[in-house]
Amino acid sequence: MTVLDTPAWRPRADAAPLLPDQEPYRLLGTPAAAELDPGLLRALYGQLVRGRRYNRQATALTKQGRLAVYPSSTGQEACEIAAALALGPRDWLFPSYRDTLAVVARGVDPVEALTLLRGDWHTGYDPRVHRVAPLSTPLSTQLPHAVGLAHAARLSGDAVAALAMVGDGGTSEGDFHEALNFAAVWHAPVVFLVQNNGFAISVPLAKQTAAPTFAHKAVGYGMPGRLVDGNDAPAVHRVLTDAMNRARDGGGPTLVEAVTYRIDAHTNADDATRYRDDDEVAAWRAHDPIELLEREMTARGLLDDDGRQRAADEAETLAADLRERMHADPALDPMELFAHVYAEQTPQLREQAAQLRAELAAEAEADRAQVAEPRS
Amino acid sequence: MTTATTAQGRPEAPARRSATMAQALNQALRDALAADPAVHVMGEDVGTLGGVFRVTDGLAKDFGEDRCTDTPLAEAGILGAAVGMAMYGLRPVVEMQFDAFAYPAFEQLVSHVARMRNRTRGALPLPITVRIPYGGGIGGVEHHSDSSEAYYAHTPGLHVLTPATVEDAYGMLRAAIASDDPVIFLEPKRLYWSKADWSPQEPAAVPPIGRAVVRRTGRTATLVTYGPSLPVCLEAAEAAREEGWDLGVVDLRSLVPFDEETAAAAVRATGRAVVVHESAGFAGMGAEIAARLTERCFHHLEAPVLRVTGFDIPYPPPMLERHHLPGVDRILDAVGRLQWED
Repeated sequence: MTVLDTPAWRPRADAAPLLPDQEPYRLLGTPAAAELDPGLLRALYGQLVRGRRYNRQATALTKQGRLAVYPSSTGQEACEIAAALALGPRDWLFPSYRDTLAVVARGVDPVEALTLLRGDWHTGYDPRVHRVAPLSTPLSTQLPHAVGLAHAARLSGDAVAALAMVGDGGTSEGDFHEALNFAAVWHAPVVFLVQNNGFAISVPLAKQTAAPTFAHKAVGYGMPGRLVDGNDAPAVHRVLTDAMNRARDGGGPTLVEAVTYRIDAHTNADDATRYRDDDEVAAWRAHDPIELLEREMTARGLLDDDGRQRAADEAETLAADLRERMHADPALDPMELFAHVYAEQTPQLREQAAQLRAELAAEAEADRAQVAEPRS
Repeated sequence: MTTATTAQGRPEAPARRSATMAQALNQALRDALAADPAVHVMGEDVGTLGGVFRVTDGLAKDFGEDRCTDTPLAEAGILGAAVGMAMYGLRPVVEMQFDAFAYPAFEQLVSHVARMRNRTRGALPLPITVRIPYGGGIGGVEHHSDSSEAYYAHTPGLHVLTPATVEDAYGMLRAAIASDDPVIFLEPKRLYWSKADWSPQEPAAVPPIGRAVVRRTGRTATLVTYGPSLPVCLEAAEAAREEGWDLGVVDLRSLVPFDEETAAAAVRATGRAVVVHESAGFAGMGAEIAARLTERCFHHLEAPVLRVTGFDIPYPPPMLERHHLPGVDRILDAVGRLQWED
């Protein structure tokens, strides 16, 4: 008998209930799909179609010089939309840079959601309005923020949960580990959604992790891991909704891995043919989130040609609005560069602001002079 | 609690007592926790143990573990969580156990803490105080004696404060916690046990964030310094009297914002200046301070502004650190090189 045989040491949790299923959870194409709420399916379908059109329009805007860059989530619309729809009104979303669709589906203005990528400011929306944190560019660094916010909500006695989004590459970052560990230790009401889309820019999964699945990583932290077909919108919605409810009810954090695929390149500036085969892309196109949903809804008589056309028309209206508003030059105020560094400007910043103001005045004066005396 | 009043009806000043800087910092945290339920202290060993320097002694017991929290041992996670807590309206006060242990949190600091107000056009200010025991002189083994102020001061969006007196330790920490901007609060380790007769109510009147203080006026040269080097400079000024030099000493207190007015006025008054700090000199605070003083005081200067700093070497092992730290002799050597005319 050693101390290890006494209650002084024992495992802190039973690992078995935390383990994910071996197969990704699916609803579409299963008997359970017959029970799905038609209203939910229609909402998901409309948003998915709009989302795909949004991605296409935003990519087009990069070619027209209206966006500096756009990381498309085409192929991942089910994850994006289901994440937004799984949120309660007081919940918070912590998106990564590829999650513009989730941000828009949450209610943020489609143009304001693109401010970062247009480049007129770093964030275009007030995060407090729709409870959406700024799109995070440094990988996984937004995850501890979600944990802290969820922890603060819990300390305040509020039934608020946070949903934090990350990609497969982001799971290799240290902040992923620290966030999950803090969340589990603090029993924080937070859900982590890993969108496993197969690639971190060009680096495939095999070079990113040796874990059985990303969902299995949950067990090491002492939280449940769930594995879901990331192209099955109702399934993602169900898994995330359950996890968020559990978090809000005091059940602690959950790690969800959604298995999906990035159909487009990393961004418009990337060439995906350098690192993956067309066959692989074709196989995933045959498991398309919109088509999967259409098939189910058509079979149940919830979608006909008119319905498809209506969804397409709505998406076209969104794209036209986006196109029109993005073709207007954004209003820029260089003096705003100094406005939000501190609550109160330092003496040094006041001097520098005065310098820029003088430079702007000189530019304006030169412009006026040029107008007054046009060169012949 | 009732307040005693004097015959004239004014509140009676509370009794002054001898207190260390660590005790004054503890009192500041205690008073901040009592004054504002949004204040939360968090870090490694800050709860039951009371911190390795005992600055958080008794806070978990008196305010509960939700207000003074032992976190997992992960600095990026601590600071990252503090960001989220601040987004929700709390006012986190984070302790980084030692200067060099704060580096894992660097990305959270420069990529998020310093930028969130700017990124969101003022929608999400982050009132986070990051307390960091810093500097050498305590015989610490490697990674326990760094002076990392230049990294932080180089990052727009952060305030960087460092108290050098017991009074300032209390007053400046209260001001840091009350600030709506993130503050890096650098606590000079070797001054934790410095003592002063002091009462906590008085330092509410310490000069605000961003103000330097002239600790000693002089006529022949000005020492510009901060944090752990202040007592060394005051000692040097005392020793300089034997050489016939009357040295002024400016305590910057706040590295960001930098009080150029006060420092420049003190340098103009003497026409000679030496900037003193213990962190490495190359690309350090001293370079910035000397450049700014030169720009502002050029026509008043009798000699180039000199710097006395730690050497440009990794912080030495404890048995050799006294050769690295700027001491009285090295400071007086520099003063002697300020182009005195016989």
